[in-house]
Amino acid sequence: MNVEEIVEGVISGNRRLLARAITIVENEYPESKELLRKIYPRTGNAHVIGITGFPGVGKSTIVSKLTEEFRRRGKSVGIVAVDPSSPFTGGALLGDRLRLDGADVNKNLWLDEKVFFRSMGSRGRLGGIAKKTGDVIKLLDAAGYEKILVETVGAGQSEIGVLEVADTVVVILMPETGDDIQVNKAGILEIGDIFVINKSDLEGAENVERWLKYMLSLDEETVIELSKLSHADDAKIMQKLKWKKPVLRTIADKGVGIKELANEIERHYEVIKKNGILQEKRREKAKLSAIELAVEEIRSEIIKRYKQLLDKEIDPYTLADKIVKEVLKC
Amino acid sequence: MERIRVLIAKVGLDGHDRGAKVLARFLRDAGFEVIYTGLHRTPQEVARAAVDEDVDVVGISLLSGAHIPLVPRVIQYIREYGGNPDEMLILVGGTIPHDDFPKLREAGVDGIFIPGTPISEIIKFIKEELPKKRKGKSK
Repeated sequence: MNVEEIVEGVISGNRRLLARAITIVENEYPESKELLRKIYPRTGNAHVIGITGFPGVGKSTIVSKLTEEFRRRGKSVGIVAVDPSSPFTGGALLGDRLRLDGADVNKNLWLDEKVFFRSMGSRGRLGGIAKKTGDVIKLLDAAGYEKILVETVGAGQSEIGVLEVADTVVVILMPETGDDIQVNKAGILEIGDIFVINKSDLEGAENVERWLKYMLSLDEETVIELSKLSHADDAKIMQKLKWKKPVLRTIADKGVGIKELANEIERHYEVIKKNGILQEKRREKAKLSAIELAVEEIRSEIIKRYKQLLDKEIDPYTLADKIVKEVLKC
Repeated sequence: MERIRVLIAKVGLDGHDRGAKVLARFLRDAGFEVIYTGLHRTPQEVARAAVDEDVDVVGISLLSGAHIPLVPRVIQYIREYGGNPDEMLILVGGTIPHDDFPKLREAGVDGIFIPGTPISEIIKFIKEELPKKRKGKSK
């Protein structure tokens, strides 16, 4: 099958060809680049929503309930769920799909024509998503899915890769995951646009909520202070964003709080569309993926071209200087 | 980088998935990407997952005795949803009487594994048989 046919299939909503296109991209088959180049003009219409949080907080359950809610609102939903690949064998147990059940027993998300679910192994990439997750999202986008939910690997404190692909980031916590120091650490809690305390029927939900809100109030103060400094670009962007990060409570398996969460996700999208942040984010994304592609090509070229040099007894610093000088010349 | 993708499925009214979960874990350790469906799936749901996830192997676990009506329907729906079961390895595991083997094979099942089968045998079977099946696939 040639690339034209696959592109045509993806765009016209052929699930089988979309599934195959994802495999081509994920496995980096030779036709992958041409395929992505051809679908790129068709992308940019989907709202990409990242769902992240520690393992076991309920990411998959929230994803399935959100899928149901967006379907109720008439939106088509694509889902990319990433689970970790073994660093030893490369194998993975992809256990997110099995939670794809809504609260309404009369609606079957597995068979819904407007729902497409794809599981991915992280395949050696750290940061919570796979190397090719961004490209798989582009395929779903080109296929016309309006809401794309990206579920990360159960994240630790610094897996912030979802920022590279999502327009809206939802960070999920649950009771008893730490105290006020934990929520003020740098990393994953800095990247949320919306915070969710799931399993909020468990004891301790008030504490997490109080600490989170305190942390967010400090954010606002530091933004105001830091934006007075000329070099604090991020702080300026945050001020321009004018988005007060909401903290919501959910009990996902019972469907409690899901409607409110979907409302906030929609509201965030409207805000960033209006104030230009969305466009800025997308430009940044395109730039990052271009850099990543270029670095990767150069990396494999270096390995190919400087094989003998690399085998020589020479210290890595001198060798690196040598290679950079030569590469920049050509 | 290529990875063999395996769907492990439980179909119908059958609440026993210890075996399926143990197998999923061993296949993970053998370097496969394993997607587990969870319990009580219908043949349509399993077929849809097999096609959308573009898996190479579909392993259906049944301990309910309902393999004769259910397994052929999974294969039939894979075809209906645009997938090609002839390019996939279709495996069935569980309490399958020998008398039913021919019927399942006729329906398109490639391998049948009854209780007591060493897991290494299943892994060996996948590694040996899958390449013969994948001719139609890219690369």
